[in-house]
Amino acid sequence: MLLIDCPYCGKRPEVEFHCGGEAHIARPESPIEMADADWGSFLYYRTNPKGLHAERWLHGHGCGRWFNALRDTVSDAFVATYEMGKPRPEVSPATAKA
Amino acid sequence: MLELNLARRAPALSPVASEAGVKVATLDAVGRLALRVKAAALAGRASVDGFDLSGAINSRSASGESGGERAALRLGPDEWMLLVPADETDERLEAVTAALTGVAHSLVDVSHRDVTFSVEGRGADAVINAGCPIDVSPSAFPVGSATRTIFGKAEIVLARRAADRFTVTCWRSFAPYVQGFLIEAAKDTL
Repeated sequence: MLLIDCPYCGKRPEVEFHCGGEAHIARPESPIEMADADWGSFLYYRTNPKGLHAERWLHGHGCGRWFNALRDTVSDAFVATYEMGKPRPEVSPATAKA
Repeated sequence: MLELNLARRAPALSPVASEAGVKVATLDAVGRLALRVKAAALAGRASVDGFDLSGAINSRSASGESGGERAALRLGPDEWMLLVPADETDERLEAVTAALTGVAHSLVDVSHRDVTFSVEGRGADAVINAGCPIDVSPSAFPVGSATRTIFGKAEIVLARRAADRFTVTCWRSFAPYVQGFLIEAAKDTL
């Protein structure tokens, strides 16, 4: 079973978690002043990288907290997990392959 | 207190306890208080009304004072389940509320929401692992651990009270399912 390293609980089985989509997407300060295309881009357009992807995850059947994770979309390996509000960690290509 | 609080709401549980090597038993009613308070609001206080809140995440801290045993299960960074004797629930609810005056917090009596089972005997860890995916080896889940996790399709709060004794707490509506699952799993431990 895939283990995910919750920043609060440590390594726990994947079935306790739920993915919440791409991380680090800030809501625009004043939507009223935005062009429709930009607003649509914020609402609906997400990156879909082949490789490292920053995602929000919820440890719902555990501590109940949201956190961010760097996941490799090719190998499904979790490269790093970090608390909400912290910047995306720099990961060297060597670590990412592990 | 609301009148509603006095109602007895028991799930329809089988009186059959497991006859196998691992005993599965329904425990008596206990008072449960769900406490949410952030570390910043607690401002370093290690205990509230005799409840030890200083334990690590996913651990159970017990303190027995004059009233009877009080336990605090830390289920998350800012979440505790406080366990008290059933007849002291209202008293403790008021005392904790008073102790946290001026502190932003949430305290809710959830005593009737849950049912607790004990799973006891040699091989109790295998019975838990029949439905629960977490590592319950003594190194990963030592005595004194307590965590929210899942058992089959139901969410539970699992606590290890001794090497071969666990308690499984689930919502009342899931209780017949969890009890049946535990008893079936215990049949493998004859």
